[in-house]
Amino acid sequence: MTTIVFFEPDGTRREVAANPGESAMEVAVRHGVEGVDADCGGVCACATCHGHIDAAFFDRLPTVNDTEDAMLELVEDQRASNSRLLCQIKVGPELDGIVIKLPGVRR
Amino acid sequence: MQHFDVLIVGGGQGGAYAAIQLRQQGFAGTVAIVGRENELPYERPPLSKEYMLGDKDWERLLIRPAAFWHDKAIALLLGLEVTAVDPAARHVTMRDGSCLGYGKLIWATGGQPRRLTCLGAHMEGVHVVRTRGDADAILGQLSGVSRAVIVGGGYIGLEAAAALRKLGKEVTLLEALPRVLARVAGEYVSSFYEAEHCAHGVDLRTSTALRSIEGKERVSGVRLEDGSLIECQMVIVGIGIIPSVEPLLAAGIQGGNGVEVDAFCRTSDDLIYAIGDCAAQANHFAGGAVLRVESVQNANDQAACAVKAIVGEPQAYSATPWFWSNQYDLKLQTVGISSGYDAAILRGDRASRSFSVIYLKAGRLIAIDAINATRDYVQARQLIEKGAMIAPEDLADTSRPLKDLPRL
Ligand SMILES: Cc1cc2nc3c(=O)[nH]c(=O)nc-3n(C[C@H](O)[C@H](O)[C@H](O)COP(=O)(O)OP(=O)(O)OC[C@H]3O[C@@H](n4cnc5c(N)ncnc54)[C@H](O)[C@@H]3O)c2cc1C
Ligand code: FES
Repeated sequence: MTTIVFFEPDGTRREVAANPGESAMEVAVRHGVEGVDADCGGVCACATCHGHIDAAFFDRLPTVNDTEDAMLELVEDQRASNSRLLCQIKVGPELDGIVIKLPGVRR
Repeated sequence: MQHFDVLIVGGGQGGAYAAIQLRQQGFAGTVAIVGRENELPYERPPLSKEYMLGDKDWERLLIRPAAFWHDKAIALLLGLEVTAVDPAARHVTMRDGSCLGYGKLIWATGGQPRRLTCLGAHMEGVHVVRTRGDADAILGQLSGVSRAVIVGGGYIGLEAAAALRKLGKEVTLLEALPRVLARVAGEYVSSFYEAEHCAHGVDLRTSTALRSIEGKERVSGVRLEDGSLIECQMVIVGIGIIPSVEPLLAAGIQGGNGVEVDAFCRTSDDLIYAIGDCAAQANHFAGGAVLRVESVQNANDQAACAVKAIVGEPQAYSATPWFWSNQYDLKLQTVGISSGYDAAILRGDRASRSFSVIYLKAGRLIAIDAINATRDYVQARQLIEKGAMIAPEDLADTSRPLKDLPRL
């Protein structure tokens, strides 16, 4: 089983289990984790699934493609060198224990 | 009579998000959603895309899992339709005659798909795409279909056409106007999508009106105004929606094509809010025109706006409109509202299938349609929010990113 540790915008720690084939966004939504809205349902069109990935795992992720990199510009003020859109991260066993901090969605 | 401090009518995108926001903003009162569909709140966009294609199964469309609503103490009263509102008594009545009291009411009912009125319009095999039930009905009958006729060249019609082609069906698409997407996009975008659908084997006919739907018990064809017949086993109608606002209008709340709301999503009754596809609001991005915006963005942002007012932190609605539509391998992203533009600048080469069209009004950027051009989409957003003025020849220069272009 693959586990993800989310830190919600207010700092609450949520350790939740991922199903095979799910994206990190889907895991968060399915567990009602605060700080992921996923307006577009995971098609990389909204940037409301932004997370900061713990350094130990960031380099293990497949690289950011052009679309995601461009979409991250939408959250420029919250963006860091370890920013990703969680709908673009498929969670497999190699990411077991990954830690993701959620900066929160602005409306 | 049961009473809820906030009662939300409609468990779709806006209604669900309003409930989520209420709890996120710390609202501690009682909250319920009354919804006509007997389904947990779900996302509609995949119905004409990944769900129709079989790429995404049902659970993955849910806005939140079942346990979430329970954990957040949001009562889901599903399979119930509100038929009347009594603003003086502060209660709503359901079709079965039962009543629910409210402190504040959030009306989030979306709309009903507009139906054809021609002969045969209600025959078996004529479909719309608004709900899970609609999509399942289409999918359930697809095996017996070799050709489908799609009526309406808006986003939903075009997406359905793309999905059915991918599923190996013959597709004819009829559009009464001279071009597809006529209501929502400029001519460059329309002609590009027409060419793409033709290249993917869609028999696309613009300026084409339908006379009747033919068949005995089931659809067997579509008769056009010119008398010709297109044989088909399925018809999908995508010609817009009629906002579901009858009970509110009957209660004396102001509106017509939608319920009118102020900048805080409040109707003419102080205790009743309206959000999403059914709400008509003055929109800054349309020069202050009062309009309904049919998008996930608008449903969610209006939900957040109504909730802020309800929890005592009112903030006037000012959210930037954005929208997406995926067809084949084309990702269209829109910011702003292009209606009323006086110049359209093509940025990039349509043949490369990655370009954008920037709409100007009196020299100011008001909207963009970006096709496989996410960077333009993102960078134009800020320019549109500021109503920036940039020379057309600069906008067309793809060697420089939009954000680096000089402002006039
Ligand atoms: C096929 C399809 C594809 C789409 N694609 C996109 C897209 O790619 N991008 C995008 O931004 N938007 C898209 N949209 C639009 C988007 O889904 C809508 O704008 C959004 O769902 C509007 O939310 P809403 O809450 O206003 O209405 P809805 O989501 O329609 O919810 C309204 C709910 O209220 C219920 N209801 C109605 N009347 C009553 C009543 N009297 N009592 C109780 N319940 C009632 C309805 O049954 C419904 O469940 C698409 C829509 C469809 C149908
Ligand atoms: S869910 Fe919309 S970009 Fe990730």
